[in-house]
Amino acid sequence: MLAQTEDCTTPATPAVQPAFQPASAPDYVPRPLLEELQFHRLRAVVERAWQRVPLIRARMDERGIVPDDIRSLGDIARLPFTDKTDLRDTYPFGLFASPMRDIVRLHASSGTTGKPIVVAYTGADLNVWSSVMERAFAVCGLHESDIIQNAYGYGLFTGGLGAHYGAERLGATVIPISGGNTDRQIMVMRDFGVTAVCCTPSYFLHLLDRAGELGVDLRGLPLRAGVFGAEPWTAAMRARIEKMAGIRAFDIYGLSEIIGPGVAIECECQNGLHIFEDHFYPEIVDPETGAPLPEGCEGELVLTTLNKQAMPMIRYRTRDITALMPGPCPCGRTLRRMRRISRRCDDMLIIRGINVFPSQVESVLLEMEGTLPHYRIILTREHGLDQMEVQVEVTARMFSDRVGALETLHDELADAMERVLQLRTRITLVEPRTIPRSEGKSQRVTDRRSS
Amino acid sequence: MKVTQLSVFAENKPGHILAPCRLLAEAGVDIRALSLADTQRFGILRFIASDWQAASKLLEEAGFLVRATEVLAVEVPDHPGGLAHVLSAFEGSDINIEYMYAFPFAREERAVLVFSFDNPDAAMERLRAAGIAVVERDELFAGIVSR
Repeated sequence: MLAQTEDCTTPATPAVQPAFQPASAPDYVPRPLLEELQFHRLRAVVERAWQRVPLIRARMDERGIVPDDIRSLGDIARLPFTDKTDLRDTYPFGLFASPMRDIVRLHASSGTTGKPIVVAYTGADLNVWSSVMERAFAVCGLHESDIIQNAYGYGLFTGGLGAHYGAERLGATVIPISGGNTDRQIMVMRDFGVTAVCCTPSYFLHLLDRAGELGVDLRGLPLRAGVFGAEPWTAAMRARIEKMAGIRAFDIYGLSEIIGPGVAIECECQNGLHIFEDHFYPEIVDPETGAPLPEGCEGELVLTTLNKQAMPMIRYRTRDITALMPGPCPCGRTLRRMRRISRRCDDMLIIRGINVFPSQVESVLLEMEGTLPHYRIILTREHGLDQMEVQVEVTARMFSDRVGALETLHDELADAMERVLQLRTRITLVEPRTIPRSEGKSQRVTDRRSS
Repeated sequence: MKVTQLSVFAENKPGHILAPCRLLAEAGVDIRALSLADTQRFGILRFIASDWQAASKLLEEAGFLVRATEVLAVEVPDHPGGLAHVLSAFEGSDINIEYMYAFPFAREERAVLVFSFDNPDAAMERLRAAGIAVVERDELFAGIVSR
């Protein structure tokens, strides 16, 4: 409830719900004002990138445009795209627009090869990040009295720290438990009276299964909300989670290249994710041609950071397929919504919230073996938890009459995979010519995970 | 002497050892000695065949992964203490046995031990010095040929 001032003669306006958070105010800015703000920020960020990032400047030069050519929001379509290969090609710091003395944090996420991509934040960027995460929690109806168990991994992955600082800024009590150790998660959830949890939806399903085995019924606990993200999930998964845990399950969207979690969030209507448009400008384009698509059309989400300092991203191709939803949301927020991400237009796999590219697997095999053996990736879900198996056809070069040599090879492959993918994989050495040969790379992946 | 042994990679699944064995049987290749090393994940079928070049070619053409390696075949009396006597030849050396297997020799009361050493030349020297007979390849197959 908003505090009433002495000169306030009328009660709070009906639009202000009892759970209204001051932090949520930017969610309700009238569209014309919002668009004006977006335009000014776009001009500034393009200017900054053009002046400080050689790759952006070269791309704009190629198109014969300068920052002054951006005269309306619609002119954004004249700007060149950025994509993940640009981050790889300029590894590690090539897209930074701030000197290292102004940068206060680095994170990293999966690249398409053995090297990760690196993202940077100034103090102001971290402030923006924690503010959008605070707003995301507020949209989910969380507030300073909530006890939030943050089971996203803490570390180079943006999930853990992103959610952490947002929850702290909200004034909630944060339990920085990080990922893993499910039995301890359940104990903490029960003993500490946790009211909200953040993790990947598949991990929460695993936690639910384990709680069932331990005889803990989450429906009897104070837990009332889950903020789930870092991987696509289905309506069926949501229904199962909400029924089994007795909570509301909200979808959160974000990516390290843009900021981390906190780009978009579902409101109580659970019908599309509101994009924090005052910081991230969304476009939908044809994934093949890059041509902008009208509102409502399904295509690839392209995002521009409107006021990132350390690493402005101009028209970043997310490879996520969605659509911008026309019309206002019944919740009253003016922020546009995008449909839940259902799939991607590249071969990226999301396993336990970790992004994995088959090309990373290939880079490990190539490095270890000199040539690329035939391989196959098999994804399964065991007890609610994603498992990744890499089957590798043994080649003459790898084969030995000594068991120890093959065991060593196996262990080295598993360790190298874990180093590069940040994920423990099961390596299976298989006989030659047993993996089906196929043309397309996508055939290298067999996904047996269902809901 | 050094004898050529063939090794075939096999997944640890039912029926995966049968295929190479059947192939060799149909081609009339004699297998003198055989051992299967297995782990939870995979197996290695090791054997000494009458004509290893032909056997290797046959298996490779059928898509099997074959590796030819040199092993040492040592003849011992087939009675208690026979193995211990041979092993004592390596006492105090740093020669390491990578693996070994045994089979009864065609001649009576004799057994043959097949060794893979990390240093086969040093191992042979030790055996010679200890007066232990290293089986010649022809001897190994004498029993079969005479049958």
